[in-house]
Order: sequence, then structure tokens, then C-alpha cells
Amino acid sequence: MSKTPSERPIASITDLLALAHQIEADAVQRYIELADQMETHNNRELVDVFRDLARAEGIHAKEIRKMAGDVDLPALAQRLGRWKKGDSPEQADLSAAHYLMTPWHALQLALTGEQQALAFFTSILDTTKDAKIKEMAAEFVEEEAEHVNLVHRLLRKYPKPPDSWSDDDDAPTPQG
Amino acid sequence: MATIETPLAYKPADYKSDINAIWCPGCGDYHVLMSFTRAFAELGLAPEQIVVVSGIGCSSRIPAYTNCYGFHGVHGRSLALAAGLKVTRPELTVVVASGDGDGYSIGGNHFLHACRRNIDMTYVVMDNRVYGMTKGQPSPTTEPDFDTALSPGGTGLSPFHPLVIALASGANFVARAFSGAPNETASILVEAMRHPGFSFVEILSPCVTFRPDEREWKSLVHPAPVAATGDPAKAARRIMTDDGFNIGILYRGERRPYQPRMEDRNSDLAELEKDFEL
Repeated sequence: MSKTPSERPIASITDLLALAHQIEADAVQRYIELADQMETHNNRELVDVFRDLARAEGIHAKEIRKMAGDVDLPALAQRLGRWKKGDSPEQADLSAAHYLMTPWHALQLALTGEQQALAFFTSILDTTKDAKIKEMAAEFVEEEAEHVNLVHRLLRKYPKPPDSWSDDDDAPTPQG
Repeated sequence: MATIETPLAYKPADYKSDINAIWCPGCGDYHVLMSFTRAFAELGLAPEQIVVVSGIGCSSRIPAYTNCYGFHGVHGRSLALAAGLKVTRPELTVVVASGDGDGYSIGGNHFLHACRRNIDMTYVVMDNRVYGMTKGQPSPTTEPDFDTALSPGGTGLSPFHPLVIALASGANFVARAFSGAPNETASILVEAMRHPGFSFVEILSPCVTFRPDEREWKSLVHPAPVAATGDPAKAARRIMTDDGFNIGILYRGERRPYQPRMEDRNSDLAELEKDFEL
């Protein structure tokens, strides 16, 4: 399922801020959900990774809220419409979760999210005719590019696990 | 920049309880929960106007994860509970959640008669083609060649065909959805809840633990090629000839929902108790 924004065009900087904020807020929500899942399944290392990712996205959301002043960004984003298919661009794919997943997997999800957000803002930058929107979209593109680079750097710390990462000595087996 | 916007009545988060779901990571039911809350928000119903009723199984945990009224009932009997509730309290929006084992095997008979009665409620079956909670036994919708230690070589049995059975039994709205597309699923649920009578939505919801092959469903699902029909025979023919992965509303009927007349109902408990006196 592709991740594309609603059909209504972005008509103002406020619209752009609302969508940018929604992207970050959705990402926070999803990382919290994943952290909760990992907590239930006692994968402590991943709980910390997902909570850290949620915190990082939350900081971005806060910065955007500050830029918007008194505007109720969530309400505006809701009126602008939902993402046409699937989730918003930076939301990690819930269906990719696994109870034995490793930080490498979590960072892969984060990388995909950051790349999708980068593609979203790049598409606005490339298509808008409004100079102010273009300027702000360019800022978001720079930020998302930094985030992509950051995840790449983190991935050096957490190399790809061996193919046996999902082996479980006490795996769930069909019971009669 | 200084405009303060008025928020909409309800947000999906308003329908979520503070209980953490304990499904396996990657389970499709997480997405179904998300679709429920999005659909409720879209309908703008207060949480206390909605009742989520369920039976037993992984999917039947869903009432606890919502902030609506809920009833986690007896195995396979969720439709009977829900029918009683809706007939008594017609002002409530009743959504019934089940799985392919609870709904089609243990509750199979209730399924037929709920379709036939056409009471105004929505029945959502999260179909993962396996008994997940009890660890991987074949269910009524499991493929005949599903080969496990429990069913060596497969059961060899033809799978149950819930959508056609629902049509043949009189369901007034029939749809198939995929958990991995929560917005589309939410839209289908909204339509189902708005449609008068018994609406049936089967949601393909992968069990990643006992059916890891179902992770591939996201590449198999596709929108139904034609719009919903009001002709049950045509709908049945379409459903029988599709590949099982057509997503969308497949049938919209116009049967009048069943609702007993209010004056026929005995609301005096004391009078009712007299009937049971020995």
C-alpha cells in the first residue's frame, strides 16, 4: 500500500505545518504502540529503542507546534483529510513487528519512515508554486535528510543480525 | 497564522481504552482495532452509544481495548448476546467482533440465523484461517492442504465460504476488508454501521505466529473490480468466482431490519418475574 497524502492541495504554510505535525504525531503514536507490544513480550532492548524513537519524533512535533503559534494543528490536519492509503508517511509498519525483532529491525522501520517523509516533503517542494510554501518545504526536506543520515549512522552501531535472529528455543508450536 | 480551529467531536484515540493489547507483534488485529476507532470517530458517536460484543479467541479481546461498552461473552454466542441487546436497546450501535473459529465453527449456527433475522447490527469477523489462541488448529476457513503436526497432509476439507453463506442466509450488507489497510477498512466499517439491518464484514487479518505465510496477504489483496450490487445472486456469483482477496463492499441489500414493536416488549420486571414463579 503506497503512502500518499490526501488529494486536497496544500494551500498555505499553516496547512503544511499541520500535515508535518500530523506526520510526527502519528510516528510518535506508532512507536509508543510498538514499545508497548515489546514490553508485553518482554523484549526490553526494543522497548528502549522504540521509546527513544518516540521521544525523538515528539521533539520534532513540539518544534512544529511552536512554529504554528495558536493554530490547532491536529484539528486542521483532520480537516485536510487522512492519508489516502495505509498510514501517514513516517509511521512504522505495524505488520512488520516480530516479538524477537532486534534494534536493527526497529531502525529499518525508522529508516523507511524517514525516507517516506523525505519523499513527501520533496514532492511538495517540487510541485508547489507558492514561494513561501516552497521555502518551508525545503526546510523540512533538509531536516528529513538529516534524520535519514542519523538513522544510517545508528545502523552502524546495530549491524544486521544473523539470519537466525528469529529462532526461538521455545517457539510457539501447534498444539493438539 | 492566528486562527484557532474548532476540533471535531471525537478522535480515534477517544475510543481506545488504557489497556495494552496483548496480541502478538505483527498481528493483524492491531490494525482492526485501529480501524474500529477510526470508524467510530468518523461516525461521531459517543463511546457510550456503542457496544462492542465478542465471543472467545484472540480477536474477541477487542472490547477490552475500546472505551465503549463491551461484553466479552461465551464462545460462539456473541451474536445471540448482541441480538438480545439490540432488540432491547435499539438506540445503541451494536458491533459484534469474532474470529473464524468462534464465528464460523462454535458460533456457526448463530451466524446463519443472525443473517436471517436481519437485526440492525454489524458483525465483524477477523479471519486468520487458524485457531490462534489455542495454538494453531485448523479452523473452518483453513485451506485443505494446511500441513501441520496437527493436520498432517492437511485436513482435506473444503473451507467454509462465509460471504456466500451470509448472502444465502439473508445478510443485508456483505463486505471483505484487509487489516493491513486500516483506512479502507474503517471506511467499510462506517458504511456497514450506517447500513440498516445485519451487516457482515469479513476482515482478512493475518496470524503471523501460526500462519506466517499470511504476511504475504498484503501483496495479494486488491480492490473489487466492480461496485457493490443489490442483487444477491449476482453478488454470490462474483464472490464464488473471485480469488478470495477482492476487497470492498460486495453486496448492499434492502431488506427491512427486524425490530419487534416497542409495545410488545414487557419492560415491567416484576411482571416478567411472575412468569418464572414456581
